[in-house]
Amino acid sequence: MLKSMAGGALLPLAAQVPLALAQLPATARPPLMELVPVLKEITQGAAVRESRVKLEIPHLAENGHLVPLTVSVDSPMTATDYVRTLYLLSEKNPRPIIAKISMSPGTGRAALTTRIRLSGAQHVVAVAQMSDGTFWAASADVIVTETACLDASDIT
Amino acid sequence: MIRRGVVLLLLLAVTHSAISAQSAQPVQPFRPTPLKSGIDFSGAEVRALQQDDFSSPAMLWVTRGEKLWNEPAGNSGKSCATCHKDARVSMKGVSAGYPKVDPDTAKLTNLEGRINQCRTQNQQAAPLRYESDELLALTAYVGLQSRGQPVNVVIDTQNRRNFERGRDIFYTRMGQINLACTHCHDRNFGRKLLNDTISQGHGNPYPAYRLEWQTMGSFHRRLRACFFGVRAELPPAGSQDLLDLELFLAWRSQGLKVETPGVRK
Amino acid sequence: MSIARILVPPNAKRGELVEIRIAIQHPMETGFRMDNNGKVIPKNTVNNLLCRYNGAEVFRAEMGSGIAANPYWQFYIVAQESGNVEFSWVDDRGEKGAASSPIAVTA
Repeated sequence: MLKSMAGGALLPLAAQVPLALAQLPATARPPLMELVPVLKEITQGAAVRESRVKLEIPHLAENGHLVPLTVSVDSPMTATDYVRTLYLLSEKNPRPIIAKISMSPGTGRAALTTRIRLSGAQHVVAVAQMSDGTFWAASADVIVTETACLDASDIT
Repeated sequence: MIRRGVVLLLLLAVTHSAISAQSAQPVQPFRPTPLKSGIDFSGAEVRALQQDDFSSPAMLWVTRGEKLWNEPAGNSGKSCATCHKDARVSMKGVSAGYPKVDPDTAKLTNLEGRINQCRTQNQQAAPLRYESDELLALTAYVGLQSRGQPVNVVIDTQNRRNFERGRDIFYTRMGQINLACTHCHDRNFGRKLLNDTISQGHGNPYPAYRLEWQTMGSFHRRLRACFFGVRAELPPAGSQDLLDLELFLAWRSQGLKVETPGVRK
Repeated sequence: MSIARILVPPNAKRGELVEIRIAIQHPMETGFRMDNNGKVIPKNTVNNLLCRYNGAEVFRAEMGSGIAANPYWQFYIVAQESGNVEFSWVDDRGEKGAASSPIAVTA
């Protein structure tokens, strides 16, 4: 009796779950403005298109203290058409702006490599503002693994 | 996360309690085969950092060490270079033979201790604090001159007691988790603890830059981290326990190439 | 003592894209860590890094605790005239650092 009740109650639920999951797109990610609300202040309402920016970062970061990151922007970097500012933004760090980089035509190529800190698994967003004022972006999902052996070797 | 790590360590402890019941007989030490450096167990990011001397954050300490090598210190007004000239020549291969028994004091000394001995006796300067940027920098700079050379310590009548003490520490269960070094680093290297791959526990990259520390650290600091990992009492850096263990581990890694200054997770 | 390492190619052809690298020894204290006595270690990061090529700004990075300890930057400039690539930076405590390296540009 108990068994059949449980089964009867659970079956419809179990049937619903895969349906609900199936309705989500494969790369479910909130819109950029929700992911990194600070972007609203940066863009002042201007549109951000997810194109022209390439963000290379390990999908599985070994340690959140140092995550290598390379960003490049598709731009000719001429006197009239160049990347003015590049923002590196974090979804979950206590301070969402990781860095703000100013470039100029003399930079030659809109590409850089640095190393960032990530406080837990999250999205990282790179946003470029071009010399014409338009915004372009790319995001990446990074899993940050925790260490198995807790280290307190600095305790004296 | 921390708790999950502990549970995994506990599992290891249970798995091996039957195998290595403590016996009164001295343990016959052995080297893991094939002998593998920790870099072989490291991920792509760490390997990339260690491979490129400009990318490696550890090289900042080498740069500083080179400066310190040439700077006069103490009442003598001497720098390291005053006596030892060009470290690239005079220090070549030197660190690969440490720790060794100092002929004057008849005590086991590691590279850090040897540098401080030079400071106090020859330069008449205050010894540098263990884990200070200065001592790490000088150790890294001297260690770099042996990079690529095989670790080569000789166990003889002078250091045999140190070797045996170090060996006994390596094979003795300790801490709340009740594991010995051997349980992870002889029997389980290459296997996973969460996302960490267990290494064979060699000292060949030290002093090394650890991402976990966000700075350079000595081999003794790394050993202390393992003591903490099994929830044992942490011996102080530079203590006799760690020096003896360092000697045993150097013997155990005999033939592995020095990677100083290494990079580890 | 502020230690930094910079990499600027000593020679380049005019118009050539050259890679510049800099690494600065700095703990980049987040302000969220505590010392062994439970006291908060105040935030202290390099907050501004400026690169000038023959006096003109070519690259600037404003940063904070989100940049890893011992900050590292790698980017490009276009070789124009022989001269110097100069870096200067400052941290939250106001400590300044500078480094420069010459570049010889041929036609």
